[in-house]
Amino acid sequence: MSDLTASQRLDIVRHKGRPTVKDYIPLIFDDFFEMHGDRYFGDDGAVMGGVCRFKGTAVTVIAQVKGRNLEENKQCNFGMPHPEGYRKALRLAKQAEKFHRPVICLVDTSGAFCGVEAEKRGQGEAIARSISEFMTLRTPVISIILGEGGSGGALAMAVCDELAMLENAIYSVISPRGFASILWKDASREREACDIMKITAEDLVELKVCDHIIEEPAGGAHNDCEQTAENISDYISAALKRKLQKGLDELLNERYNKFRVVGEYEENVSADEPG
Amino acid sequence: MLEDLFSVVKTRLSADSKNDEPRRSKTDIPKDLLFKCPRCSNVTFMEEFQNNGKVCPACSYHARLSAKERIEITVDKGSFEEFDSEMISKNPIDFPDYDAKQQALRDKTGLKDAVITGKADIRGEKTVIIVMDSNYMMASMGSVVGEKITRAFEYATENRLPVVAFTASGGARMQEGIVSLMQMAKTSGAVARHDQAGLLYIAVMTDPTTGGVTASFASLGDIIIAEPKVLIGFAGRRVIEGTIRQKLPDEFQSAEFMLQAGFVDMIVERRRMRRTLGHLLRLHKTEEGDVNE
Repeated sequence: MSDLTASQRLDIVRHKGRPTVKDYIPLIFDDFFEMHGDRYFGDDGAVMGGVCRFKGTAVTVIAQVKGRNLEENKQCNFGMPHPEGYRKALRLAKQAEKFHRPVICLVDTSGAFCGVEAEKRGQGEAIARSISEFMTLRTPVISIILGEGGSGGALAMAVCDELAMLENAIYSVISPRGFASILWKDASREREACDIMKITAEDLVELKVCDHIIEEPAGGAHNDCEQTAENISDYISAALKRKLQKGLDELLNERYNKFRVVGEYEENVSADEPG
Repeated sequence: MLEDLFSVVKTRLSADSKNDEPRRSKTDIPKDLLFKCPRCSNVTFMEEFQNNGKVCPACSYHARLSAKERIEITVDKGSFEEFDSEMISKNPIDFPDYDAKQQALRDKTGLKDAVITGKADIRGEKTVIIVMDSNYMMASMGSVVGEKITRAFEYATENRLPVVAFTASGGARMQEGIVSLMQMAKTSGAVARHDQAGLLYIAVMTDPTTGGVTASFASLGDIIIAEPKVLIGFAGRRVIEGTIRQKLPDEFQSAEFMLQAGFVDMIVERRRMRRTLGHLLRLHKTEEGDVNE
């Protein structure tokens, strides 16, 4: 595996030719039937979902869509979902639970959309609901971060039994640009932020957030989309095998504990003594 | 445009003079003598403002309270027992100067981090209570906030108690990186289990409830109450203004706006809060079947 810095990886995930879910889905899944709409407000182009087969097994796929050109980006809002996108994702996840299908979430967003309409329709509530429902969803959930995993907008689709990341993908509490602008009031220090935020797949394995790293071809996924799809496919096979053999109660306990253990604090320190 | 997704919501509505010195105008006033409402700019004597429960007498903006003040006006005298009072945060991503900053804040505020949890009675009803304190890093959620809130919900689930949570937060704690994002999942998971056990959770949104806290446990209450005029939202106002390139109306992301949008059940004034909570807790008490009183 390469030893690129976080900011070099940022360049790779932002590469114009970086494959998106629209490239991967036909290569990894068969008979994909896309489903639309959240049943309340509308259909969000930034989240795509449906039912299909993975090596013969019926699965539900829910994916965040980034555009490959301006036209596509207009339709998918540059990969930034509105509340109805999260509500569509949740509807399809509940449907998967009903029919005992595993859920595969493909995450690729710089974050949930920030706008007047998104606030009015409850962006915060939509993400919160998604997190809490996925936490108790009675079917296996595998999430894979393909490129950017930006903050709550990514987390809403990354509450899962196993989280994998493509080798060059990043996952962060906020975009590096946002991080720089909040902490140093200077968005141009993005690269510097990138390198201290601990956002690479290796960092996140160390922090117990990511469970698995999926290799990319030399130089990045854009150099060989088919090979990358095959690597993703191999990972999904193995992960499903691991999760499908567990009882649902055991699965849900493990899912709860996967998140439960993250946090670094200390107790019973004598009055105000640091570290 | 996503810049401040979880940003500390700037002190737009701040009545807390400690945090917003640089934004004060030249016409500022001695801070311990007069209170100038950040919402309506009305000026009153500090004493009158204090006697009014830190509510602006002109527009009824409910200014921020410390967790200690909040507990004092909410629970039955002498009934509060604190949980995990000694827990302090480490530095999970080795963020420069984070340890020193925390120590300085602990010294300054007397708090160990941005939340106080415990159990108490409210008008005779037993409950677990969670109170966030915006004086500590704008009550951003890091390891300690996440862990204490999770434990409070777990305690309530085990002991079959309701939870009342006074939320206030600028969002996730940037200095703890991804670990702070995971606290959203951790707290929401604990809320989900409390919910599945059929127990009551009342969220009281106070100024400001934003970012990752809005997008996790704060929005998951069976009942969501807000104090008048407080800021409630997901994204930072400046980010949205930057996106749409125009100024947003004042009431955008206010409690009243969120009530209209359907995300808040009721707006309750501070002076009626204790009584309202007492009634709601009693109304949901099913085990003894004693709901008529």
